[in-house]
Amino acid sequence: EGSDDERKHKKLLEAISSMGSRKRKKQNERSEASVQVSEFFVNAEGTGEKVNLSDLLGTVEKTSGASNKTKKQLRNLQSSKETLELPLNKQQTEKIQRGIAYEKTAAEVSCWRNIILQNQKAEQMVFPLNQESPGPKRVEQVVAGWKVQTPLEQEIFRLLHINSQPVDDPVLTPVEEQSLKAMSLEEAKIRRAELQKARALQSYYEAKAKREKKIKSKKYHKVQRKAKCKDFLKQFDEMVKTNPEGALEELKKMELSRMEERMSLKHQNSGKWAKSKAIMAKYDDSARKAMQEQLQMNKDLTQKIVVPSDDEHESNEEGLETIPDFVNDSEPVIDSVNPWMRGQLTHEEPEVSCVTTEDVQTAEEENEEEELVGEFERKRKLRQADEEDLIPTEEEQEEEDVSEFNTLFRLMRSEKTLEGSNQTREGLNTPGQEDEEGLLNEGQIRVRNIEDLEVLGEFVDPQPIAEPSLPRTAAVEATSEPPYKKKREIDLKEVLTKEAKAVKVPFLPTVVDEEERDEQISIIKEAFAGDDVISDFIKDKSKLEAAGRPEVVDLTLPGWGEWGGVGLKPSRWKRKRFRIKTAPPPPRQDQKLPDVIISENRNASVASHQVSQLPFPFQNTAQFESSIRTPIGPTWNTQSVVKNMTKPKVITKMGAIIEPMVKEDFIKNKTTTPGGKGPAIMLGENKRAKEDGAHCDTHKTKHHT
Amino acid sequence: MSAVMPELLTSTHVEKMKKKKPPKRYWEETENTDQSQRRPEEEEGKAGQNQNESTVKERPLKRKNDERLEKKDPFPGEAPIPHKQLQKFQRGEKCKVPAGARRRLKEAITSSEAMSEHAQKQAARYDLLLPEDAGFLEGDEDEDTNTISQDDIADAVDITSGSKYFSLHLSQFGPYRLDYSRTGRHLLVGGKKGHVACIDWQTKDLMCEMNVMETVNDVKWLHTEAMFAVAQKRWLYIYDSKGVELHCVKKFNDVLRMQFLPYHFLLATASATGFLQYLDVSVGKEVAAICTKMGRLDVMAQNPHNAVIHLGHPNGTISLWSPNQKEPLVKMLCHRGAVRSLTVDKTGTYMVTSGLDRKLKVYDIRAFKPLHSCFLPAGASCLSLSQRGLLSAATGDIVQVYQNILGSSPVSKPYMAHRLRGQIWGLAYCPFEDVLGIGHGEGFTSMIVPGAGEPNFDALDTNPFRSYEQRQEWEVKALLEKVQPELIGLHPEQLSKVDQASFEQRHKEQVEALGFDPLAKVKFKPKTKKKGRSSAGAIEKRKRKVAHEDQRDEIRQSVQERTEREKELKEKSNEKKLGNKSTLDRFRK
Repeated sequence: EGSDDERKHKKLLEAISSMGSRKRKKQNERSEASVQVSEFFVNAEGTGEKVNLSDLLGTVEKTSGASNKTKKQLRNLQSSKETLELPLNKQQTEKIQRGIAYEKTAAEVSCWRNIILQNQKAEQMVFPLNQESPGPKRVEQVVAGWKVQTPLEQEIFRLLHINSQPVDDPVLTPVEEQSLKAMSLEEAKIRRAELQKARALQSYYEAKAKREKKIKSKKYHKVQRKAKCKDFLKQFDEMVKTNPEGALEELKKMELSRMEERMSLKHQNSGKWAKSKAIMAKYDDSARKAMQEQLQMNKDLTQKIVVPSDDEHESNEEGLETIPDFVNDSEPVIDSVNPWMRGQLTHEEPEVSCVTTEDVQTAEEENEEEELVGEFERKRKLRQADEEDLIPTEEEQEEEDVSEFNTLFRLMRSEKTLEGSNQTREGLNTPGQEDEEGLLNEGQIRVRNIEDLEVLGEFVDPQPIAEPSLPRTAAVEATSEPPYKKKREIDLKEVLTKEAKAVKVPFLPTVVDEEERDEQISIIKEAFAGDDVISDFIKDKSKLEAAGRPEVVDLTLPGWGEWGGVGLKPSRWKRKRFRIKTAPPPPRQDQKLPDVIISENRNASVASHQVSQLPFPFQNTAQFESSIRTPIGPTWNTQSVVKNMTKPKVITKMGAIIEPMVKEDFIKNKTTTPGGKGPAIMLGENKRAKEDGAHCDTHKTKHHT
Repeated sequence: MSAVMPELLTSTHVEKMKKKKPPKRYWEETENTDQSQRRPEEEEGKAGQNQNESTVKERPLKRKNDERLEKKDPFPGEAPIPHKQLQKFQRGEKCKVPAGARRRLKEAITSSEAMSEHAQKQAARYDLLLPEDAGFLEGDEDEDTNTISQDDIADAVDITSGSKYFSLHLSQFGPYRLDYSRTGRHLLVGGKKGHVACIDWQTKDLMCEMNVMETVNDVKWLHTEAMFAVAQKRWLYIYDSKGVELHCVKKFNDVLRMQFLPYHFLLATASATGFLQYLDVSVGKEVAAICTKMGRLDVMAQNPHNAVIHLGHPNGTISLWSPNQKEPLVKMLCHRGAVRSLTVDKTGTYMVTSGLDRKLKVYDIRAFKPLHSCFLPAGASCLSLSQRGLLSAATGDIVQVYQNILGSSPVSKPYMAHRLRGQIWGLAYCPFEDVLGIGHGEGFTSMIVPGAGEPNFDALDTNPFRSYEQRQEWEVKALLEKVQPELIGLHPEQLSKVDQASFEQRHKEQVEALGFDPLAKVKFKPKTKKKGRSSAGAIEKRKRKVAHEDQRDEIRQSVQERTEREKELKEKSNEKKLGNKSTLDRFRK
């Protein structure tokens, strides 16, 4: 009983405890003996059997919760006898899945297509793609992406917005930004001038320092030092009056130098130099003096400087004044060569010179005048000499006269001819007559020339007289010459012997060298051999033409298919059949130029530099040739064009990491800002867009308050 | 309108009254930022109004503001370029995108077209920077310009220009050849009897003077004024500007005429033996030596456009040569007599020749057609064309200058004429100057020819005022941009064309150039390798067999010798034995 009670009590307790918690865990109790015992008190009943749908279906009928419709459907299902289709096999399902996956990824990837195309087309790409502008940034730009996080910040920004206080400086327009970046013109000018001045001064100073540094003279440096000392003393005096604090500082510095001097053995006759001097001092007066000087220096430097009080001012001044005197004393020692140290002597010199310069100047002026006159005369003489040079002999003078006469004569002539031509134009305007006129004119000129020549010298033979008629006769000959020239469209001889217009010449040659005489002879020769030249050329050309023509290949074999023997020729049929003619080459370039032979050889050396195959996108050579017709080099183009034409396709920034392109880089519109959680400080357009929302907010808040 | 105006006035006045508030704080603007940003100018204008109290002055001000608001750029966009100027810089015909072209083709064509158009426009724009223009001599009425003497010209022009008319009396060393450097600053004269001098002729500064003690046939500056070549009696010599002999080029003998191709750094020489030779001055190598088979070559000129050398021959022909071909590119019959002189103009369009037949002919060298010819009473022995196309011809002791000779119509009289003393031997225009240099028997004369020189120079190419450093820099650049001699040909634009020769032809050329056929199949050679014979063991065995073969030979020989000796000894002993035998021994048993 006790145990029973205990059990009951336990059950009660459990029941009570289970009522408290919402999720009641029903713990199964093992009531039967079973093979499988679970440690989690799971009932082992029905283990190893799966619950089938059909098992559950039976209960559906009985449950009242299920709708009639489903019941009906279930019933239909049960009653139907059709078998279910087999599921697709693995391969097919995978294929379908792959297809769907492909479509999906294709759609995903295709959004890159435009960008890729765009980049391919782009003339120039600069990597990394999103480069931030160099230089310092404004605070607002740096803080732009910052978000309000803590409640305190939120509160602050809410307050700011309510009172429409500026969160940041009003953003500048791009124009203002530019103007901020750029200095005003005046400012820039001033700054430039300042810089220039500073640079100039620096360079002057540097140059001066260099110059001084180079000077090896110890004396000079000594003098310099002393001068500096003097200057310094002067300055110090002024400083005492104007800026006592500064003077005190200077004094301190002096004190410091004194201390240093006391510490060191510099001027105490203990150095190498001093020792050597000490040995010499017995005999050498100057050495002794130098040693004493050094000691004096030591004394001076180690002397304690008394801080000037107001009472002692005067006495101090006196003391200070003594030092400059001492400095002055040493001056005469300085060499007079140094222009800086000469003092007033230089002032006197120019005065002396001034007195003399006036005289000199006047003298010079006179000299100049004389010189000018002399020059004129000289020039005149030169001119005369030149003229004499030009006309050294009587003969030449005569010639000149003759030529002058000639020119006059010609002038008259030309006037006459002009009149004549006018008359003809007024009267008969036939071309034949004009031609005659021209011919006549020519003849006249030549005759005149020859006359002139005769006047000038006796050596000219009558050949030139015959010459004018020669070409015409040659032409006549040419017209009545060989039959093979009939096929030529243009006669070479005609081309060569075309009428040439004579040129009027102001002077005529006076000097005829031996060579010229030789030439005369050769001219005579040429006059007869002229045809030879032409015929040689024609022969040459015809030979070349013949060489260019393809040869007929004769493949006839005598005796084959017919009688053979001495004196028998292969039949006509055979000749026709077995003599192979190749196609004639394209017509020669010089076909229509009788007096020209153009080589038909191909220039192979250039060919090795030429493009031999049409490059890809082009369809014909004309397109490609036109695409490379504009030269790139700076010889033919302006600087900017050359730069533009030769700019590299890809530019990478040195040292910058080039990261792969991200979707956000190019899909800017799709970036969505979650409402209310946007950046607290915004710039430009974003700001304006947000402002509308902000206004609404403020209105709302106002209403609330 | 009159009715409207007062209203406007009042309205503005009222506005003004309203505006008399304390000035806005800058953050207050946030409420109407878009307004203020839209019309900042208006705001300014209003502020300006506030300062003006009188209404009388307000009206014009207001109008002004309105104007300012409405004001637009009176010349919007880029400045227009005159069509003529654009045409000047046009390169070839534009290419249109064909219908149905693919994307790549379209892009390629459009981009290249845009680029060339941009280049053309820019060049046309920058043409503005060539302001100088050439002048010319103009006579009074009834006055021929050729009667004006040099003295008159020199007196009329300014002192600097007047000083350019001068002459050097050098009668000792006989007729002079001359050459101006490419910048036109330096003059080189070479007398027939060996006198060579180079002068900075504008300052009349003598750089060097010497006598080479040999006949001088021709002188020529090389790429800079630091070096020059002298064709002497036998060899070609190269001197520097101080007159120090740098080279004696013995491969070049009996040179009569020289031409320097500045962009190729080639010195072309024509010799008395009929050889045309090219010397690469930058590396000192002979590029080509061509035997012309035309006899003595004493007439030579270069075409500056395509660097082709023109040679004149005694049979009246003129031949054109490039270093790449052993035969003339073109041969043309120009005169009935020998060719005396020839010259080619700067653009490579015209060639002017003169011959013993006393004719002066002008050719269109691109078409190889004669344009016109004229008859000179005493033929021209020297010809020279200036940068602006003035032709100077030396007839005996007279120099005639012709204007407009390159046109289609022949000229009837010279533009200028000048008489000198002695036979004229050399003629050359000074680049970028209105000066013609004449070398003659009595020395050298510099003559003023107005309108001869190009007034605008390219400072990056030939700068007459360049300093020493600039010259050095230019030299380096020029060497970097040196054009190879293979590119010399009649048509320099051929390089930008696609080579349309057939594969066979190209292959043939390649074989010719290389000396072997790179595509030829290697002739079949049976392999010598046999199966199993090359195994390591077999090889070792074979080696063993052959090892110490020489020693073995010796041993073998010595053994053989020994055996032979023994044999002999045996035989001898046998013989001895035999010798002792008596005749009756054979019966013994």
